[in-house]
Amino acid sequence: MNFVDVLRTAVANSFRSKLRTTLTVVAIFIGAFTLTITSAIGTGISSYIDTQIASIGASDVLQISKAPEDQGAAADNGPAEYDPNAATSGGGFPGGGAGLSFAMLTDKDVDTIAGTAGILDVNPVVSVSPSYIEYGGNGKYELSVNATSAVTKPDLAAGVQLSSDADTNQILLPTSYLENLGFGDAESAVGETVTIGIPDYQAKMHEVEATVVGVQNESLFGSGAGLGQRLTDALVAVQDTGKPAGPGRTYFAATAHIDSNASQEQIDAIKADLAADGYRGQTVSDQIGTIETVISGIVGVLNAFAVIALIAAGFGIINTLLMSVQERTREIGLMKAMGMSGGKIYALFSAEAVFIGFLGSAIGALVAIGVGSLISGALASTLLADLEGLQIMQFAPGPVALIIGVVMLIAFLAGTLPARRAARQNPIDALRYE
Amino acid sequence: MLQAQDIRKSYGRGAARFDALKGVSLTVHAGESVAIVGKSGSGKSTLMHLLALLDSPDEGVLLVEGSNAADLKPKEINRLRNEDFGFVFQQFFLTPNASVLDNVVLPLKIAGVPPRERRERGMAALAQLELADKAKSKAVNLSGGQKQRVVIARALVGSPKVIFADEPTGNLDTVTGGLVEDILFDLNKRGITLVIVTHDVELAARCDRQIFLRDGLEEHRPTITTGSAS
Repeated sequence: MNFVDVLRTAVANSFRSKLRTTLTVVAIFIGAFTLTITSAIGTGISSYIDTQIASIGASDVLQISKAPEDQGAAADNGPAEYDPNAATSGGGFPGGGAGLSFAMLTDKDVDTIAGTAGILDVNPVVSVSPSYIEYGGNGKYELSVNATSAVTKPDLAAGVQLSSDADTNQILLPTSYLENLGFGDAESAVGETVTIGIPDYQAKMHEVEATVVGVQNESLFGSGAGLGQRLTDALVAVQDTGKPAGPGRTYFAATAHIDSNASQEQIDAIKADLAADGYRGQTVSDQIGTIETVISGIVGVLNAFAVIALIAAGFGIINTLLMSVQERTREIGLMKAMGMSGGKIYALFSAEAVFIGFLGSAIGALVAIGVGSLISGALASTLLADLEGLQIMQFAPGPVALIIGVVMLIAFLAGTLPARRAARQNPIDALRYE
Repeated sequence: MLQAQDIRKSYGRGAARFDALKGVSLTVHAGESVAIVGKSGSGKSTLMHLLALLDSPDEGVLLVEGSNAADLKPKEINRLRNEDFGFVFQQFFLTPNASVLDNVVLPLKIAGVPPRERRERGMAALAQLELADKAKSKAVNLSGGQKQRVVIARALVGSPKVIFADEPTGNLDTVTGGLVEDILFDLNKRGITLVIVTHDVELAARCDRQIFLRDGLEEHRPTITTGSAS
């Protein structure tokens, strides 16, 4: 019996008991469907994150904070010794104190960081809270600020990125602000001057003018407006007007620029130097890598469930084929009597198992692609509309082919036991079998 | 053609041990028809299975065209059974829901003959047994006589040298059985060696030679002919 005949006969045999084959196929279908969907979610989310990282492209920026060494030490060695020079935040929360402590950077720390080899400049991250934004007398609207605008290079709809050495007050507006402020489209906003209202320490409102240099698409990383360094400094100056002299300014974090051509080794060396001084430096991809790890963990768990379903389906295949072998004892005996080798009988039943696996997985994958694309499309325009460019499920040919292949392999493995039993049939016993 | 020398075969072990053959010798020459006759349990089916290489004897030597069957490789044995032997069974062993033609060409399919040639040779075999019009029917829808003719067509399709028939008329009425016998002996006249296992003395009498088996041993009786039986 040649290869084509083995395949053809196996396919024909699997359709002989339609109900039994159908039920087994349904079991495999469920596993393959789930696996296809979960892997598509994995692909969709990571490709979204990848494009986000690519759009940021700020490999030359490190976000630096105090290394949380105290907490780590506390677990092993009890509380750390009190250091009156260590700046902590938390005093601002009622009832909060050292318990809520979060290591802060002081101006001295910033100087230390600036002195680290490889760091080009350092800007402490400051929090500015402007009240409103207005353009051309079209009304005042609340303005939220993207605190990480210095570290990111967002995806632009129009205009250019913020530049760190500009001599004007620069602002990047999100697309969602355009309509309310009275801009016709993204292009027309670029170059226009907007007015920002910000209260000083005594709640007296001041106005600062800024030029729109670009319009950014909505993204994962902060949905507010991006402010240039000069504008930020101007707003901070207004905000701190009338503020009583304190113990010195502290910052949650600082952003530092490094050579944009720095290799991964150089970045690692800078991070190591910072760590030696007690600071933690992270590139944007480091921070996003953490998110990705969590997401791939979740996707992994979902995949594990799908694989469990497939293993259960594998037992269904074993059962189905054992029944087939039992039913076809005589036929197997006859074929062996007529000179069919045990190996070919084995191949015949294995091919049947693989075919059942193929049917279940191919139908499962196809339905998953159909249903998943519909759901994904619907979600992208409703629930996830704020995350532009996010297709929650993406079906790549590679993973889908891999899933079908894996299911066929599981089916083959499940088929080995019945196929072996069939191959070992003694023709005489089989022909006597009543 | 086929030669058995003092072959023995037993099944089971200990108290359940059953000696099916206790030392039987026979020679089947090319072109003759031999009947293996005996009652149920006499070992006649076992002898046929051994001659057809479906099983191997515990003791004794079996020669196929001069070579010892025990020395043949499984592949060679499979080829012999596929190309040189044809089988006719009392219970037919047809695949019920497959077409008559598909049933008939099974030995060719196993041999790896291409589909077109399979079809041609299958149709020729069916035509020889006047069943060409039934080629597309399902085997399950045939009468007993038709089924046995399909089985003979299947045995014939590979142009075998020997046809082994195990109670070929056992499931058929006298008239149909007679027709099937005629077909088998007609094939024998054309040069195909015939080995028939039966308990039907009349069928045995039509063969050139009879081997009588009783409790696993050959019983020496004078050869009966069609003339002496009637």
